Amino acid sequence: MSTATLTRTPAATQERGRRPRRPGRGVLTIAGFLLPALVLFVLLVIVPIVVAGYTSMFKWNGFGLPQNFVGADNFTRAFGDPIFLGDLRRGGILIVLSLVLQLPASLALAMLLNQNLRGRAVYRLIFFAPYVLSEVTTAVLFMMVFSPGQGLGDTISSILGATGGAAFADPDTVLYALFLVISWKYFGFHMILYLAARQNIPRELTEAASTDGANPWQIFRHVTLPLLGPTIRISIFLSVIGTLQLFDMVWVMTSGGPIHGSETMAVTMFQYGFRRFEVGYASAISIVMFGLSLIFALFYQRLVMRRDVEGALTTRGVQR
Amino acid sequence: MSRPTPAGVRVRHLSLHVVSIMIGAVIIVPVLFGVLGGFKDNGQLATKPLALPDPWHPENYTGILTSSVFWRQLFNSTFIAVATTLVVVGTAAMAAFIFARFAFRGREALFTFFSIGLMFPFAVAILPLFILLRSLDLLDNPFGVILPQAAFGLPVTIVILRGFFRTIPGEIEEAATLDGCGAFGFFWRILLPMARPALATVSVLAIVSSWNNFMLPLVVFTDQSWWTLPVGVQAFQGQYVADTARILAYVTLSMVPALAFYAIAERQLIGGLAGGVKG
Repeated sequence: MSTATLTRTPAATQERGRRPRRPGRGVLTIAGFLLPALVLFVLLVIVPIVVAGYTSMFKWNGFGLPQNFVGADNFTRAFGDPIFLGDLRRGGILIVLSLVLQLPASLALAMLLNQNLRGRAVYRLIFFAPYVLSEVTTAVLFMMVFSPGQGLGDTISSILGATGGAAFADPDTVLYALFLVISWKYFGFHMILYLAARQNIPRELTEAASTDGANPWQIFRHVTLPLLGPTIRISIFLSVIGTLQLFDMVWVMTSGGPIHGSETMAVTMFQYGFRRFEVGYASAISIVMFGLSLIFALFYQRLVMRRDVEGALTTRGVQR
Repeated sequence: MSRPTPAGVRVRHLSLHVVSIMIGAVIIVPVLFGVLGGFKDNGQLATKPLALPDPWHPENYTGILTSSVFWRQLFNSTFIAVATTLVVVGTAAMAAFIFARFAFRGREALFTFFSIGLMFPFAVAILPLFILLRSLDLLDNPFGVILPQAAFGLPVTIVILRGFFRTIPGEIEEAATLDGCGAFGFFWRILLPMARPALATVSVLAIVSSWNNFMLPLVVFTDQSWWTLPVGVQAFQGQYVADTARILAYVTLSMVPALAFYAIAERQLIGGLAGGVKG
């Protein structure tokens, strides 16, 4: 927990009471400073999402105005569509894998790197590097690694049990191969979050526990882990939201194949919207994506992040 | 707990190094495979994918570096990233200034309105955005990518900057006002210069996310001359499907600017992510 958390309220409330009105703080100033951001945000973020909600109720090819109103048909169609239901299932699998494998591994690594180890900065630099590569670059690189005949990819493919020796060509293994690539790219990001939070924990706390006779595991379990709570919860949040919206990597590597084995909601949406020109149906899928993210965010915030007064993604009073 | 002996520390450190090096290898080996693969011919890649190139073939690299396609994409990516950053940081700084230092009814509601945008991915809005850009005649126009990217970058930038602006003491603003400084003068001549570290952080975040963006340039640019590196890499891979060595050379070259930027801006990037996410 940062100390900034404690100083939150005064900054906001004092400002109001203490100061006399000063020139140049009127409505015009406020409007003038806010307007550019507001126009940009409303026109290019809010309006498109509202429009997507509107067009999701039409059968529409994206040209001219939508006229063929079909109500909720696109949504019932989606929830009866094995591909879309498969998207949900595959998204669920990826989320579970991230939560039980990728994030705990990142946490363990962050704890290791927190020690006074010579060369720690170099390790950190390397572990985080994949995060700055684009998903597209990563995807193409790994397609080459996994193309049949490349010793490395072949070995991993056979460990995953792919028939024919190519993990990305087998619908049964493609999702797990995808998960490996996702983890390769993102574990360093989560590790950095944990590491930064770990370094904010005052030394005195762990030292005191150690003086009281706690062993390293007990210190981790009862001192470090609870103090890392807020960061862990945000990292889980980002991981889940990111997985729900996964597109670039899948589109480049497999376009969702083989036989929809790696397809995600965003890929299905893109296929219908930009390849088959069923814009109404594609809009419905993007609205479901949005809805799932929103519902998850609200519930998560209510149930899990409630204690973190200042989570970056809470809706109120976000600050450092 | 007994104080660990120097020998115990050494053994523990050794095992930590072993673990770290193994994980480092997992990161580096695929990258190295790409770098070295670009120096091979496809025969070598097929027969001994993991060996050093023998003989070394620089032709793939020189071929890409001497054609204008790669440089054009590099320029496009850079131009779009810089323009996006200027727009998003400029407008977000103005808004964050208001959110941080002005009290008015509805401020928190408006701020919430922006911060909810943290959850909106391009994927949700891409279809109507595409149709909007088409009707505004912004397809195949760099601003068709720059402006939406800036709009989607506003939430995180405003959240981080407002946090920073709030840490600047009110006394400084009062002193400036007494000296005859208006709201804009304070913002431009005092607040922004003082906020340089935070501005650097949000700029780095904006550059990286613009640089890596794929979905939006993919649908906006049908004209190859505007393609950014991610779109170009994907297209190159489609064009030379069977020529693995050449694709690896292209991928490697496209990684170089990102990794170079990371080497320079590591502090801002990591600080920004850790600080920004923490709230």
